[in-house]
Amino acid sequence: MIAFTGIMENKKTNIFRRIFRFYYDGFRSMTVGRTLWIIILIKLFVMFAILKLFFFPNYLKNNFDTDEERGNHVIEQLINPK
Amino acid sequence: MTETFDYSLIDWSRAQFALTAMYHWIFVPLTLGLGFIMAIMETIYVRTGDPAWKRITKFWMTIFGINFAIGVATGIILEFEFGTNWSNYSWFVGDIFGAPLAIEGIMAFFLESTFIAVMFFGWNKISKKFHLISTWLVAIGASLSALWILVANAWMQLPVGMKFNPETARNEMANFWEVLLSPMAVSKFLHTISSSYTLAALVVIGISSWFLLKKRHVVFARRSIVVAAVFGLTTSLFTILTGDYSAKVIARHQPMKFAAFEGMYVGQRNAPLIAIGVVSSSPEDPENKNAKDFAFKIEIPNFLSYMAFQDINAFIPGIQDLMDGNEEHDILPVSEKITRGKLAIDALADFKTAKNAGDEEKMLKSRQVLDENFKYFGYGYFVDDPSRLIPNVPVTFYSFHLMVALGMWFLLFFAIVLLLVYKGKIAGSGFWLRIAIVNIPLAYIASQAGWITAEMGRQPWVIQDLMPTLTAVSRLDTNAVITTFILFALIFTTLLIAELKIMFKQIKLGPKPEGGN
Repeated sequence: MIAFTGIMENKKTNIFRRIFRFYYDGFRSMTVGRTLWIIILIKLFVMFAILKLFFFPNYLKNNFDTDEERGNHVIEQLINPK
Repeated sequence: MTETFDYSLIDWSRAQFALTAMYHWIFVPLTLGLGFIMAIMETIYVRTGDPAWKRITKFWMTIFGINFAIGVATGIILEFEFGTNWSNYSWFVGDIFGAPLAIEGIMAFFLESTFIAVMFFGWNKISKKFHLISTWLVAIGASLSALWILVANAWMQLPVGMKFNPETARNEMANFWEVLLSPMAVSKFLHTISSSYTLAALVVIGISSWFLLKKRHVVFARRSIVVAAVFGLTTSLFTILTGDYSAKVIARHQPMKFAAFEGMYVGQRNAPLIAIGVVSSSPEDPENKNAKDFAFKIEIPNFLSYMAFQDINAFIPGIQDLMDGNEEHDILPVSEKITRGKLAIDALADFKTAKNAGDEEKMLKSRQVLDENFKYFGYGYFVDDPSRLIPNVPVTFYSFHLMVALGMWFLLFFAIVLLLVYKGKIAGSGFWLRIAIVNIPLAYIASQAGWITAEMGRQPWVIQDLMPTLTAVSRLDTNAVITTFILFALIFTTLLIAELKIMFKQIKLGPKPEGGN
């Protein structure tokens, strides 16, 4: 039983290690992919750390505390759009 | 009701959303179509064992990877805008959009992100068959993730399968399948993805033609052209058929948009289709300035009636019929719709007042009035200026006709390319190779024109008949919207330049003996 568990653990480790190696080797052997990853990371940083944070707050979430208040605000806008 | 409203806020918010969506759409269609083209190429490689096909596949995979990497997450900005600039709309549709977008997120993440890594990193590490399955799953996953956002868009054009809850001001999903399988959703998905596949085929043929003109990688280019031309001929035919189906759906559910497609002011039986037309600057009716006359037009008799209803005698309502009503054809005048819309809006106000007062009987009564008139809810905002219910006819007309003309041209082009391939003359036909390169920007123009037709033609609605742009938009400072518009223009233009630079560099390098990631 102990031996069986040991084999299972070993196999699991191997699978995780193999998956890790697969991605690790893949990333290491990239050529144009490296440039693309840099662009992706810069883009995500600009989007989430700058745009989302400073320019795109969620209007209803930021201005109202509860869903009821948000619903009431939208109803007010629907009844009297100004 | 709307006289105090700042329309420049709507215009800038719309311009910002259009800019973001159009830039996003530069990247999406190539990803959708190229995925399938490279999957077909890899299938040929696995079946034949010919390493030249592996080289071909890997080259197009690199182009796919560049486009995917630059384009990935550009759609997220649209979601930011929903929350910031279109908060009323987001709240109003929340439950309907939630399910499709959540499914899209999960599918995109698991299918694309998982198998895309296997596809790029797995060469020579996993079995050929498993690699091939991964490539197909990337292609299928991309199209499936597009399905959900297109379903959401289709719901805005034809809101079905929901129930409006006046207590929360939200639409709640009543029937998921009705939302997913509405004729608008089916036609929109099929037409959008098939046109995207066509665009990718044109890009592959265009780039391959450049190689042939330069007399470089001739075998690679010829093989790529064969696959792309067969794929493109099939998908462009399918694009035309699904476009025809879309027109039928629009004729039934968005008659004003359909009338704008053809700039038709007065409805008629045996309605002709305008093959070529020049919209005049003068309006047909001084009260409805958006409805323009024609300075010149060439028509195909009866074709519009037949296209829309498979009956040359079918009546196609014009803008005037839809505005003033037409009893013979059971078309309500907008004045009646506005009255009923106003009733619905007032009922919502009464419901809220009754709820605050705890008057259940009045709540029930108001709800009944609201439910009875809800399908005209949005019309209630046009009491002061009903002419705003007419979309911009020249823009809709030209974008629609440009899209259709280019779609027909692409079908003919694929047929010509295949004929040249069959006769063994493709490599020597400099004229057609140059035309193939010109077709690349034309494919993007056609794709963008399709969206302009769909979105400009449905104005002033964000959600057809229920929510116009003026109630959907958040009350922000217009200058803040202008600032983010400029910011986006800069960011997206930088991304586009980066994509083009990297892509041109890779194309110039050409396919490598062992490819590259």
